[in-house]
Amino acid sequence: MTQQTAESPARKQRAQLKVRTLRTDRWWLAPALTFAGLTFFLIYGFWAIFDKSYFVEPYIAPFSSPCLTTACPEGARLFGWAPIGDWFTLPPGLIILGLPAGFRFTCYYYRKSYYRSFWLSPPACAVGEPHKKYTGETRLPLVIQNVHRYFFYGAILIGAVLSYDAILALIHKPAGLGTWILLVNAVLIVLYTLSCHSCRHITAGRLNHFSKHPLRYRAWTFVSKLNAKHMQLAWASLFSVMIADFYVRMVAKGVITFPFA
Amino acid sequence: MSYKGKFRVWRGEGGEGRLEDFTVEVNEGEVVLDVIHRLQATQAPDLAVRWNCKAGKCGSCSMEINGKPRLGCMTRMSTFTEDETITVTPMRTFPVIKDLVTDVSFNYQKAREVPSFTPPKDVKPGEYRMQQIDVERSQEFRKCIECFMCNNVCHVIRDHEENKTHFAGPRFLMRIAELDMHPYDVADRKDSAQEEHGLGYCNITKCCTEVCPEHIKITDNALIPMKERVVDRKYDPLVWLGNKIFRR
Repeated sequence: MTQQTAESPARKQRAQLKVRTLRTDRWWLAPALTFAGLTFFLIYGFWAIFDKSYFVEPYIAPFSSPCLTTACPEGARLFGWAPIGDWFTLPPGLIILGLPAGFRFTCYYYRKSYYRSFWLSPPACAVGEPHKKYTGETRLPLVIQNVHRYFFYGAILIGAVLSYDAILALIHKPAGLGTWILLVNAVLIVLYTLSCHSCRHITAGRLNHFSKHPLRYRAWTFVSKLNAKHMQLAWASLFSVMIADFYVRMVAKGVITFPFA
Repeated sequence: MSYKGKFRVWRGEGGEGRLEDFTVEVNEGEVVLDVIHRLQATQAPDLAVRWNCKAGKCGSCSMEINGKPRLGCMTRMSTFTEDETITVTPMRTFPVIKDLVTDVSFNYQKAREVPSFTPPKDVKPGEYRMQQIDVERSQEFRKCIECFMCNNVCHVIRDHEENKTHFAGPRFLMRIAELDMHPYDVADRKDSAQEEHGLGYCNITKCCTEVCPEHIKITDNALIPMKERVVDRKYDPLVWLGNKIFRR
């Protein structure tokens, strides 16, 4: 079949409106806020990865957990374990960064948000996009988005580690503000991870006979309820991880010094 | 209470045309389609508009109101201010026949390209036994009234006419998902969804869900689950490795 170009006769049969959109509402606001929020997160993350004040007993900053090299202080290591050894001299957070970063980058919600706000494809519904050609996720590099489920498995591990860190803090400093910040963050991270579309598919979404798998169906029903809040959980956990991380670093630097910190 | 509302309406045949200004009486409780009909009755008797049920169930009066795909019969005038100029244009993705009426045959062509329900050969009509929980997921998709606003708003074809040949649009990708989830459908739809109907073009920006007048969660409940099923088949490296090792 002959492919049509944007200037084809078929294209000219459409209403020849010369404007990009006729929308009169503030359609630009949502992508602008998303752009600002995600850019802020990237800038913060870049700073946090190279910041060395990531541990103060019993808190460890979420961006640097789990700490897996011998460069990490003894108490910061996961189960006192340093499998990477001493050859890795870069910031330890870089080792595990790929899992949560990859999970968020390939997340179906974040894909929507950055396709709209960064790539403007489209910036908003019924607003023309600036690109002449569009192939979507049919070829490299965007076809790689399909590995999302593997990042989901990794994110489950990271969620477990952050929960472990928060429980350790609860045991050692139950009245600490940092403990409760880490706990709230761990809960939001775990909920965001479980609300993932891949998780929904893995629990039972791939099945056509729910009635033959009642336990998986119940899990799917639970994940589906969380999944309906995936966007809210994505933003809540994005900010909670930044707040928790920043708080621990400020305590570690001695900027926050009050008794129940 | 009534007032004189300001309207700008697309007039023309084929792609040629222009926005014409009208001042029309608007009464309390009316919808945009009511005002378009008054305009037709009082000032522009040759104005073409497609409509039928006036109840949001036939999907005929799809149009773009202030740039947003909407059903004319479900867009209340009370959602606009009295001094606002309301712009009404035909759906932008499809060829215009006249004024607000578009040629939506693209959608019927795409509908024909989706193989119909394919039950197992050994199950005869009348022998289907399904539990409610097995079918209720895809019953959501049966609410579709075929207004084609999801296909109209989808930027894959709205902004790229060239993709119309190989992209079925959200409406028919949802149909494929509905059939693939059906307990008695045995046709292989995963490969064809990706290779023939262009599921990979969808970048899940959710405009189809935003405009759906039946509030079907097209992206979350049909397109993303279908994408995940395609991943099972085509992109999961463990599945690929298993197929290589066990020569499945």
